[in-house]
Amino acid sequence: MSRLGKIARRTFLIGSASIAGGVAFGYYMYQRPAANPLLDDLAEGEAALTPYVKIDASGITLITPRADSGQGAYSVQAMLIAEELDVELDQVRVDPGVPSPAYYNTALATEAAPFRSTDDSFGANATRGVMDAMMKFMGMQITGGSTTVPDSFVKLRQAGASARETLKAAAAAQTGMEASAMTTRAGKVILPDGQELTYESLAATAAGIAPVQDVPLRDPSQWRMIGTSVPRTDIRAKSTGTQDYGIDFEIDGMVHATVRLNPRRGLGAKGFDASAAQAMPGVTRVLGITGGIAVVADNTWRAMQAAQAVDVEWETGTPYPEEQDGHWQVLSDSFVEDRLDSRNRDEGDVAAALEGAEVIEAEYRAPYLAHSPLEPINATVRVTEDRVDVWTGTQIPRFLQSEITKITGHERDQIHIHGLMMGGSFGHRLEPRVVQEATEIAAQMPGTPVKLTYSREEDWTHNDTRQIAMARGRGTVANGRVETMDLSIAMPSVVESQMGRIGMSMPGPDLQIVAGAWEQPYRIPNYRVSGYRAPALAPISSWRAVGASTNGFFHDTFLDELIHAAGADPVEERLRLMWHDTSRKTLEAVAEMSNWGEALPEGTARGVAFCMSFGVPTAEVVQVSLQDGAVKLDKVWVAADVGTVVDPVMFENMIQGGIVWALGHAMNSEVTYSGGAVQQQNYYDSEGMRLAQTPEIFVRGLENADQIRGMGEPMVPPAAAALSNAIFAATGQRIREMPMMKHIDFV
Amino acid sequence: MRLTVNGTEHELEVEPDMPLLWVLRDTLGIKGVKYGCGVAQCGACTVHIAGEAQRSCQVPAGDVWGPVTTIEGLGTPDQMHAVQQAWEEHQVAQCGYCQGGQMMQAAALLSQMPDPTDQDIDDAMNGNLCRCGTYPRIRAAVKTAATKLRGV
Repeated sequence: MSRLGKIARRTFLIGSASIAGGVAFGYYMYQRPAANPLLDDLAEGEAALTPYVKIDASGITLITPRADSGQGAYSVQAMLIAEELDVELDQVRVDPGVPSPAYYNTALATEAAPFRSTDDSFGANATRGVMDAMMKFMGMQITGGSTTVPDSFVKLRQAGASARETLKAAAAAQTGMEASAMTTRAGKVILPDGQELTYESLAATAAGIAPVQDVPLRDPSQWRMIGTSVPRTDIRAKSTGTQDYGIDFEIDGMVHATVRLNPRRGLGAKGFDASAAQAMPGVTRVLGITGGIAVVADNTWRAMQAAQAVDVEWETGTPYPEEQDGHWQVLSDSFVEDRLDSRNRDEGDVAAALEGAEVIEAEYRAPYLAHSPLEPINATVRVTEDRVDVWTGTQIPRFLQSEITKITGHERDQIHIHGLMMGGSFGHRLEPRVVQEATEIAAQMPGTPVKLTYSREEDWTHNDTRQIAMARGRGTVANGRVETMDLSIAMPSVVESQMGRIGMSMPGPDLQIVAGAWEQPYRIPNYRVSGYRAPALAPISSWRAVGASTNGFFHDTFLDELIHAAGADPVEERLRLMWHDTSRKTLEAVAEMSNWGEALPEGTARGVAFCMSFGVPTAEVVQVSLQDGAVKLDKVWVAADVGTVVDPVMFENMIQGGIVWALGHAMNSEVTYSGGAVQQQNYYDSEGMRLAQTPEIFVRGLENADQIRGMGEPMVPPAAAALSNAIFAATGQRIREMPMMKHIDFV
Repeated sequence: MRLTVNGTEHELEVEPDMPLLWVLRDTLGIKGVKYGCGVAQCGACTVHIAGEAQRSCQVPAGDVWGPVTTIEGLGTPDQMHAVQQAWEEHQVAQCGYCQGGQMMQAAALLSQMPDPTDQDIDDAMNGNLCRCGTYPRIRAAVKTAATKLRGV
């Protein structure tokens, strides 16, 4: 590239993208756009029209920075850009791009701010604005919290529109015709005379002009893709076994590694004897790393075999109770005033209402649970003097850079994260561990790419699980109505545990402790939700739906107990108590879909549940039948309101899968500790749901809400409650603890 | 050791107790076969040996008794097998990691049982885990594939 060309492009860069890299202080600076990271890597003749669209002579690339763990994130992001850019998905490449503050997640801040998602007051929105600035400040390029669609919905369409109008301006510069008289279709600008110019042919010209900004978005009536089912960009590869995941990554000179870590979480090795392992075929190195040992070999299996042959002396003593009973005891002891973390809902006079009344009481438990996506965690890392390359599936590329900096001393801009497709995550790949360990190994073998693959057993043992949680409910009923509901929830803080592992803290109460409970849209005369922060126990992390995954079960099962005690109909009483119109409509929809109230055969019964989480009101009905005293899942109906359903097939698939996830774990799965170590080692210990147990699942997406929301998680919180409520309706037995198989048999 | 995979014969030097899964993935670079559990609990490593569905993590390389077919050998992106077509039509995959094994299991079922009942499908597919929970679509896709293969 000529020096002149470079200067010209730099001028364009600065003119269109303001601050280059780094973080600026002062609130007004947060509001300025972050630098466009694509401009650092452009070749001659390439144009990066926004951080999301890159065009060169050979084609169009859409940048989809939210990671794809199977939820279809790449596809839906591409669809949103394509809607305005006027390209078809089979015309474009999709690339996750590079980690950059330009890709910060705005929607995550909405969920973190302490306001109910039903609260649109000025105060709530102002605080969300501050949180947004904080997210941008920290450059949180995070995939999670069901935020991909809400975060992208406007941003990516704007990117597509801006790129489209810039291409028209380029066509105008090239032809002298009026841009306003041009149209676009299928990757081409169509000139007033009918002549067509491909976007690729306009790239060089577009690179030299200022991007057209502030382009109005098309009216929904003009949408050609949103609201329709578009085949996923990865569907052909995933239907033919040709999709590569992180675990399939290959590069010249690569070696295979695996680790064995102290099963007592957070401790390390006192020493090890590697002589037997060193003598095994293909083994090249046995190394000490943080927490244990690593074996490097020429093949994954040989590394795993050799890791078992290393004789390790482990450190002993754990910072959490050795046995599971001790974990429950800590929770049980946490319902005390000095552990009160939040009481953001306290209406009426709960104390007075309970005084002297006939009080209905119940205690609930939800266990630790592993994420265990089917692809074991893995990462390939190469460390050289002046750069680090990481190939992995991750939800936190920016945090990985920070963690690697601490290990190798490289600067952030020397650390290149190459995001790869993930074989599931459910929150598992929000953790940096596998990349930290692969970096430690690779740093001891400069220049050699090291692929670290966890064995399934090691993945299970060192999973940072869902929180363990306990709840106590007290309530009263009168005249066929629920009068008082007082729910107290105790759990260790997920945010504290998770952020602590990357050296960060979040001030103030952890609202995940009460998420899915405190913000439910009910008016009950005396209504209180208290969160108690238990001391840290075993390491915990975000598991699909996070706090609400346990709290939706607690809140709605207890509400159901009160409704039954009042002798009211479970749907009618919930509707009577519910003030939020959009939520009421989901409950009405699910009642209508399931024909709630119809006569059912002997031994068949239904339970209903509702939970608003991640801003999505979600109502579910589960139907079970009894076969020789065992419970069989027959049918599930789900109604959820996300404002706009971007792709109805992906929406349905996501909800069906989430119901399988939620019910499978509620019925069959837990993680427990003994001797300081996780007892479950593989899927035979905790298998979730298999195909034969899967009920028929009927889905309806409602679009009454005025804000678009994501559907990765909100189907989870009500599911266990609806099942527990159905089992009660069928058997009279209240199941207040998961996994439910501890209390009843399932077919 | 000699192995025939997807119609190609390979001459290999590996320990006879190395599971076929790892020979396919790490020695031959055939990556459609996935490691999920290593103990025949998930089915992500399912291949056909002499036409029958087998968990390749449980078959020592030295014991392979017939020609091996992997998902890449069942059909290709340009020439898809009826099962793969059905999987695409139903948009089954989410993460997709288990789906190669699911399709191999389904193809083996349909080669032996062209018109399976719902119960047959549940029985045959129950050993293949899908953590994303795509089971409702897997059931539908197996039925569609059966119809395609019967030519009705």
